[in-house]
Amino acid sequence: MRPRSAPLTALAALLGAALLAGCTSDAPADGPAAPSAGGSSAAADGSGDSDFFDQAEYDRQLELAKETPEGPKGKPWEQMLRPEFVSTTAYAKKGGGDAHLCFSNAGVFNPWRQVGLKNMRAEVELHEEIGKFTVLDAQGKDDKQISDIQELTGKGCDALIVSPNTTATLTPAVERACEKVPVIVFDRGVETDCAVTFISPVGGYGYGAAAADFLVERTEPKAKILALRISPGVDALETRWSAAKRAFDKAGVEVVDAKFTDGDPARTKSIVADALIRHGEIDGVWMDSGATAVAAVEAFEDAGQEVPPITGEDQQDFLTAWKEKKLTAVAPAYPTFQWRTPVIAALKILAGEEVPKEWTLPQPVITEADLDDYLKPGMPPLHYAMCGCEELPGFPEKWGGKE
Amino acid sequence: MSTAATARPAPGTGRRLLTALGTATPVYVLLATVLIALALTDPGFYEADRLLAFVKRAAPLVILATGQYLVIVCGEFDLSVGAIVTAGVVVAAQLYASFPALHWLVATLVLLAAGGAAGLVSGLVTTRLRVPSFITTLGMMLILEGAVFFWTGGSPQGALPAAFRALGRGTAFGWLPWAVPVCLAVGVGAYLLMRADFGRTLLATGDSERAAHLSGVRVTRVRVTAFVLSGVAAGLAAVLVGGFSGVSAQAGQGYEFEAITAVVLGGVLLGGGRGSVVGAMAGAFSLQALFTLLNLRGVSGALESTVQGVIVIAAVGLGAADYSRLRRRRTRSPDTRSPEGTTR
Repeated sequence: MRPRSAPLTALAALLGAALLAGCTSDAPADGPAAPSAGGSSAAADGSGDSDFFDQAEYDRQLELAKETPEGPKGKPWEQMLRPEFVSTTAYAKKGGGDAHLCFSNAGVFNPWRQVGLKNMRAEVELHEEIGKFTVLDAQGKDDKQISDIQELTGKGCDALIVSPNTTATLTPAVERACEKVPVIVFDRGVETDCAVTFISPVGGYGYGAAAADFLVERTEPKAKILALRISPGVDALETRWSAAKRAFDKAGVEVVDAKFTDGDPARTKSIVADALIRHGEIDGVWMDSGATAVAAVEAFEDAGQEVPPITGEDQQDFLTAWKEKKLTAVAPAYPTFQWRTPVIAALKILAGEEVPKEWTLPQPVITEADLDDYLKPGMPPLHYAMCGCEELPGFPEKWGGKE
Repeated sequence: MSTAATARPAPGTGRRLLTALGTATPVYVLLATVLIALALTDPGFYEADRLLAFVKRAAPLVILATGQYLVIVCGEFDLSVGAIVTAGVVVAAQLYASFPALHWLVATLVLLAAGGAAGLVSGLVTTRLRVPSFITTLGMMLILEGAVFFWTGGSPQGALPAAFRALGRGTAFGWLPWAVPVCLAVGVGAYLLMRADFGRTLLATGDSERAAHLSGVRVTRVRVTAFVLSGVAAGLAAVLVGGFSGVSAQAGQGYEFEAITAVVLGGVLLGGGRGSVVGAMAGAFSLQALFTLLNLRGVSGALESTVQGVIVIAAVGLGAADYSRLRRRRTRSPDTRSPEGTTR
């Protein structure tokens, strides 16, 4: 009888597996994370608290967010919060000649980084004393960046700028580079303080809390919030989520889903559409970055629902949608103007001028009130408004915009 | 479905029915089961607009499964369709960056032609150079993925205008998503194609290349055509996916395996020669319905691929068991049946 029953067995197994999968998790609150989840335990579940959470740093950032930075007005990329200066005379470039700056970039795998790199190149153009600017692109791969850093330290760079791909893996490579050249780390951090300066905006806690507080304010208690995150395991993103999670928990707001979008509009739209089917309605959308905010807005429109309060970022397409569709929104920024600062810092270091050990840049939040200041007609949809690039050579064409 | 039967030495009517049922029945049972489960889980699923939205969501997969069917049934694979979808979306965005005033129909036709061209290359390499299609299309997939990464740096760039996106996102008369008639047209077209001479020769080629060749079928041309059509289908899917979600550098990710899963689920024999295109489309709908059900039941994201894996293995196991049973019956009388079987 075996040949006859084999198909039936297989069919039964198939249906059984499907039903089993359908029954194992009925709780909508914490669905499994995206397939890319891996690494730390926090990463395995999109809604869990994060290994990256640090209470003292959290408190510090929330205070910093309220403070006024030191530095030239209207030039946030030169401003700093609570600077503690260190001497750099040891690194001062001896003799004349043009400086050779090197940059090991994690990659340009998202629009934020693409705008950022344009800012940095334009900043380099501003300074005649920079004779050579070498950029190696790690294409989002740790191993590539490790060898990039090694290669650059042997290339006669006067200063090395590093934007690390991941925090832990790149630490030894940065430590080795520190022995040979002055190193400037920015954007994502590393677990060593051997760099002359570490440049970053206030940080992820400030960002995540600003977005979450807005949603808490604009929704009823017990509201259903959908949280959309890019990917697990990146400190700059994990901190945003852990701060938001605290704010939501405190306010008693329910996070019905926390999903990883990979920063992809197609996946985001599917996730939001699925969430709408599953939960009927969503009262607010929290995002750890704005690149896919418009896709999320579209999912609500296509489902024939009103777009609930949503948080985005300073990306042009979202700001445009916000204005045109009269959304209830807020856009915390992780400003791309921070890509200008490492070049400025490098030149200060090579001139022997003191720099802050931790160069903390301000991190503005775009609200309804100042939306019009940031919305610039003629800029491409994936441009970041807070680029600080309006006065730079080649603006707006180099950023893909029109006069 | 009858094409499957006519391609082989004509058995009796009863057996012919059995052959037809044997391949496609499980998928109809599965589809019915999932649809009933959906009704029990969420009765609202059957409201007209929700149902249309479901078809819209399933449309790219149905179209890809149709194209994949043509390739699989003649004994080949096309692993490149997902990459063609992604490349199509990216190319469309690049096109609009260079020619902002481009008419949507022109852009759509360009994508269809480009998809067809990719299919043509795969087809020619497979048939003329005798590179197994598994390798050819895997290579094509990697080439296209690399090209997309090269163009975009791995992140979406540019934008698609509303007119172009209407096919994937917009509605006709305010209620009918354009994707639905598009999907229907592809379905009807594929059905008619399989009933025409081309369909018969395609099945014959998949069943036995040598026999087909000896009976005058231009095997190479038939196979290349199947690849081209699969590429065109992927181009069309790119228009729908790009319309639905806008520019994305991962728009087509995973679609090749979903399409193959759908085809296999539809009772089409891997290796070719048997299976109906309607079954393949039903397979695509079943898969999408299953994903919807999983979502409604609170199982999501990660487990989708797990379910897909289970389905592929189960469906192929099912198909193989079924196949050998029928062959044994035909070739031997029950009392002399040997445990080894005769076919594999």
